Amino acid sequence: MAHDPHDHDHHHDDDHSELGAMDLRVRALQSVLTQKGYIDPAALDVLIDTYQTKIGPRNGARVVAKAWVDPKFRDWLMRDATAAIASLSFTGRQGEHMVAVENTDDQHHMVVCTLCSCYPWPVLGLPPTWYKSAPYRSRAVKDPRGVLAEFGVSLPDDTAIRVWDSTAEVRYLVIPQRPAGTEDWSEERLAELVTRDSMIGTGLARAPGAGE
Amino acid sequence: MNYTSHADLGGRDMPGRIVPEPEGERFHNAWEPRVLALTLAMGGTGSWNIDQSRSIRETLPAYARMSYYEIWLAALERLMVDRQQVLPDEIEAGRMLYPPRETKRVLHATEVAAALARGSPTVREVAAQPRFQAGDRVRTRAGHVEHHTRLPAYASGKVGTIEHLHGAHVFADANAQGFGEQPQWLYTVVFDGRELWGADSASGLRVSVDAWESYLERAAS
Repeated sequence: MAHDPHDHDHHHDDDHSELGAMDLRVRALQSVLTQKGYIDPAALDVLIDTYQTKIGPRNGARVVAKAWVDPKFRDWLMRDATAAIASLSFTGRQGEHMVAVENTDDQHHMVVCTLCSCYPWPVLGLPPTWYKSAPYRSRAVKDPRGVLAEFGVSLPDDTAIRVWDSTAEVRYLVIPQRPAGTEDWSEERLAELVTRDSMIGTGLARAPGAGE
Repeated sequence: MNYTSHADLGGRDMPGRIVPEPEGERFHNAWEPRVLALTLAMGGTGSWNIDQSRSIRETLPAYARMSYYEIWLAALERLMVDRQQVLPDEIEAGRMLYPPRETKRVLHATEVAAALARGSPTVREVAAQPRFQAGDRVRTRAGHVEHHTRLPAYASGKVGTIEHLHGAHVFADANAQGFGEQPQWLYTVVFDGRELWGADSASGLRVSVDAWESYLERAAS
């Protein structure tokens, strides 16, 4: 088949004519599939809109903030994350079987998929590019501290690190530590401190008053 | 070796920096969301399962040189061509040249939200009792297999501890080969970093994988 973009010896990120070629190729495929009746083109728009505007890491941030303020919810989440998260209406594709793991002073958790790009979509949305990249997937299981350093995160030497490789259909959500100085904060305000990376374990929750 | 996965990257010396990315950044080219949507929509026809789809992706010869959504697109085309749903000359022409094949269903716009919310749970009932329980020491299968599998090379032939039983799940190895779901008990198995990486491993490092029962045998405790 003559459509392998790497028949050509140039880099796809830099070459605008190649971007145009990919766009045409994808549009052409969409036409064929529509003509054959395999897809509903309107469904494509709904799918794109869903992952651009509805399903993303703000969902996970709500789960974390609720776990921080509501001990009963936190216990439920640690016992049966799928059900606890479903109670907030975050369910389904690539999050059918959820497990929550909680960071403490002694134990830090980090999530990877070394075999592909498994990621908890209902709570975090689509994975960032680095999560799917060879550098992250190869190093996270062997040198997590080195990986954390690339994110500007440094943990105390005596904090143990646990890496979860998502090799089956179980998806993992890291519950970062609640920042100090937020004791009387509302759930909504707390959720703003919860970054996507803190729920993968490559970051920490933002400290109050810290910027983006 | 006839079956080669190019996707089994854990612990390998892969070059390149990890480039953090803002949360709002979802796609890097205009065609990428369309590839995502086409893949999900065609997945919705029920023509293949997720393990077959992963198997096609990981065996693409150009895997290492392709971006994520290039891999998705190439795999989608392969899956459809293999089933003669679309032929290569139709992809080139950008229009239908041959009559369509029947699909189990079509994912309509009105059904998308419900389909995504439902997902595809992989938990199944099995008659057999689980062979292992939390705390058991197990050794993972060693060596290459000639098909899609979900036991990473770095965790092959290693001794770890059963930490959790997840119930029985669709067995990826069988499902990827079109042999049906053949559900098996699934366990989280945790390894000490030194077991995986030797004496130089960072202290306090533990790594776990989720492993189906047939990947495991009892190890001396």
